[in-house]
Amino acid sequence: MKKYVGQSVKRKEDYRLVTGTGQFVADIKLAGMLEAVFVRSPQAHAIIRHIDTSKAKELPGVHAVLIGDDIKGIINPITQFESHSAVPPNVAKEINPKIQYNDESVLAIDKVVYVGQPVAVVVADNRYIAEDAADLIKVEYEQLKPMVDPYEAMKEGSPLVQNQVEQNIQMEFHLSIGDAKRVEQQSNHVLKARVKTPRLSSNPIETRGVIADYDNRTDQIHVWSATQLPFEVRATIAHCLGWTEQNIRVTAPDVGGGFGPKGGVHPEEILIPYISKRLNRPVKWVEDRLEHLTSARQSRDQVHDVIVAYNSDGTILSLRDEFVVDSGAVNFFGFTCAYNTAYHLRGAYKIPNYDIKSRIVLTNKTPNVPFRGAGRPEAVFTMDRVIDMIARKLKLDPVEVMKRNMIQAHEMPYDQGILVKDGARLIYDSGDYPAALNQALAMVDYEGFRERQKELKKAGKNIGIGISSYVEGTGAGPFEGALLSVDSTGKVIAHLGASPQGQGHETVFAQIGADALGLTPDDIVIKVGDTAVLPFGAGTYASRSAVNAGSAMHEASLKLRNKVVAIAGIILGTLPDEIVIEEGKIFSKENPSHFLTLQDIYKRSRPAARPPLPSEIEPGLQVTHYFVPPTVTFASSVHIAEVEVDKETGFVDLQNYSVVHDCGTVINPMIVDGQVQGGIAQGIGSALYEEVVYNESGQLLTGTYMDYLLPTSMEIPTVKKGHQQHLSTRNPLGVKGVGEGGAISPPAAIANAIVDALSDLEIVINQLPVSPSRLRGLIKEAEKKQSTILSK
Amino acid sequence: MSNKVQVAVFVNGKKVQKKVEPRLLLTDFIREECNLTGTHLGCEHGVCGACTILVDNEPVRSCLMFAVQADGCDIQTVESLNSVDGPLNVLQQSFSDNHALQCGFCTPGFLMTLTHFLIDNENPTENEIREAISGNLCRCTGYANIIKAVQQAAQILQKEKSNSSVVSAQ
Ligand code: FES
Ligand code: FES
Repeated sequence: MKKYVGQSVKRKEDYRLVTGTGQFVADIKLAGMLEAVFVRSPQAHAIIRHIDTSKAKELPGVHAVLIGDDIKGIINPITQFESHSAVPPNVAKEINPKIQYNDESVLAIDKVVYVGQPVAVVVADNRYIAEDAADLIKVEYEQLKPMVDPYEAMKEGSPLVQNQVEQNIQMEFHLSIGDAKRVEQQSNHVLKARVKTPRLSSNPIETRGVIADYDNRTDQIHVWSATQLPFEVRATIAHCLGWTEQNIRVTAPDVGGGFGPKGGVHPEEILIPYISKRLNRPVKWVEDRLEHLTSARQSRDQVHDVIVAYNSDGTILSLRDEFVVDSGAVNFFGFTCAYNTAYHLRGAYKIPNYDIKSRIVLTNKTPNVPFRGAGRPEAVFTMDRVIDMIARKLKLDPVEVMKRNMIQAHEMPYDQGILVKDGARLIYDSGDYPAALNQALAMVDYEGFRERQKELKKAGKNIGIGISSYVEGTGAGPFEGALLSVDSTGKVIAHLGASPQGQGHETVFAQIGADALGLTPDDIVIKVGDTAVLPFGAGTYASRSAVNAGSAMHEASLKLRNKVVAIAGIILGTLPDEIVIEEGKIFSKENPSHFLTLQDIYKRSRPAARPPLPSEIEPGLQVTHYFVPPTVTFASSVHIAEVEVDKETGFVDLQNYSVVHDCGTVINPMIVDGQVQGGIAQGIGSALYEEVVYNESGQLLTGTYMDYLLPTSMEIPTVKKGHQQHLSTRNPLGVKGVGEGGAISPPAAIANAIVDALSDLEIVINQLPVSPSRLRGLIKEAEKKQSTILSK
Repeated sequence: MSNKVQVAVFVNGKKVQKKVEPRLLLTDFIREECNLTGTHLGCEHGVCGACTILVDNEPVRSCLMFAVQADGCDIQTVESLNSVDGPLNVLQQSFSDNHALQCGFCTPGFLMTLTHFLIDNENPTENEIREAISGNLCRCTGYANIIKAVQQAAQILQKEKSNSSVVSAQ
């Protein structure tokens, strides 16, 4: 019964968060707790000649100073995350990957490979003293040539970021169907372009942070981390430190946003537990924003060289793409982002001949990990710029070219002819992309806009409209679990492995459980973010929690319900089928006035209850369900941006933003809308403002919020939203993921809108962000070109 | 360093007297010495607004002030907005009603900025609200629901005010 699923139930987590009583890592205080500060590399690529820690160690209040030499052979380096980077055998057969081992020591040993890499750690009574001591540490470096440009890094003979990674190419693969090269040769229309997406920093407003508390007596350690993946943190600590995994408990308390990078296990998450055990004291480390901007894992950073053959009516015949992912100094997530790009690139379009080569290259920059969208925004920016370029070459409206190539509703389920990252066939399960496009066009009154545009052009105003669409594999496995039990007060306690960073898990999973169990959301207490509560868990990333944890919650709730009605049947002397549960009342259909509560069932289910349950029913009210999805579910969306461009300044005014999206069953519309709006805000940031910039010596130029620009309330319009509900066939709830979607399309939609606003200048925007200075440069260039043509 | 100095402030109506190092940030004073961890640090360089509190009724970024600079001042933090475990105030409730927070890390800063804003702006326009919060960064919500929450709060507060003026006129 659907009573709560589909309702905008208010969030259970809000009370503590609006009263200042939430508990983030930085808020946790333990008796005798020390604080750590890291000394980080100021060099992009250098040999460590000497480190002098003597003065730091002498400072009163300092308890420990560690450098790379102290952990050599003691702490294993962090390696690729197996659960994310393993290539299924059938995928390997298709893409023939070449992979070279790479890793990162948690403190630099012998050499540093990026600015911000941890070189030493100081632990003191408090952070003020630790920072004083950190200042006293002297490190002598011998500079090596930094590799900043990935194309240079790949050249034969270039200095190596990691000695064992030849030519700095950590991984490469090739995916091909049809015969793109032959089609190109036979085609009258061939387009070539280089499309770049910038390196980004996810910037949750809460920085990272770790606390570890070692207990000597039991050899147990409790680690609190602002992480998206407590189970991965636990596994990595066990791997790096050689500790028994079950002695490690990782808790993600309230986490202040993550968006991907808080899911990459960082060196501090290994070192702080290590030091806690060594000193037998609780130790805390909280990242500051400058550290976040330099040292927290970054993302994106791809360059695509595309060659596209098409017909004069806009039909795309083939697409060839060689793209490079600049992964920074280490690639922890294997082909996650790169293959996401490869398998998402065609999106809602049918392109029969498709050939894609990817190289993941190491450079002397902060390591990259997935960030909201994980390879998809890069793919969509590339694809939708291609659509727009074709339209402009053919003097067609981009809508026409989109429609010409789109997969039609009657073709669903649609097989794209390749494999998903998990090894399943890439088959879109449900959706109606042309209908979504039409709905979005109607929302913005596309025809009306075109007329207005003409009118305003006469008055010297440049407005433009740009469209982008995507199809997104969401709800990636491998699994998520739910362990439900009933306590003596009759409350259902649900433990889930997916830990949130603002997505409202405590509310939405209670909604799902309430419907399946016949309870209210208040009867269900959701516990998340703790490895102590469940043997297996994955985490929150890849728009997967509603799909995986939601389905696990649903199935576990049904299992619990079965047990409850079986026991109620015994107590009430009727068949389980006759039992109804409504708002917590458990009764036989025949006699609703005589009802039991979960408390009654709990009492009867206890071991040694009097009278006992029949032997075929196991005592206790506890069930577990692990949901393993067959493969991803395909959410989709159309985004439309409307802009006005000031030619004189290059300033872009984003006037309207509209979206139509399909995420299958909506569990909580308020939360889904919030995810969409928030994702779009990040997408707008990456379209217009955000870029991590390194200079040629590998120095970071965007180390503060004065240089790395996050969008404020002045830059983000309230997005107009339209919905479609094409249920997924791949889980019992019919849900598809929604967390990342918003961030995927804005760069393409906005860039297309800007190009449209300046259509008379025929500028091409294939690089982000479209900052005023970059755009002004393009405008000037185009104007110069036009005036030379005119004067000829 | 033991050149500690005496600081006396009122925090949420309670007098607090401590000896602190002159370099102690006001935020750390509030969080560590007063145990009020609702005031958050997001950037420590005055941009994100997560650390916003009221000092003598003016919104201030507590990461840009030393505790000693607040000597003799009246400080209000997010914890002052409602009584312990008590019902939410109008603004807090509006935030929850409108889903104006996701992770909630930025929220205390927004609430304090807006507490001040709503005193002088009974009936703000959308643009005025946008401007008022433009110094607070939120990475989760995309701001739209925060604006809605402020509109709701302003309406309720205005109604309450006109009701109470009716009552007092009677
Ligand atoms: S922490 Fe003070 S403004 Fe960001
Ligand atoms: S709610 Fe997460 S930063 Fe604002």
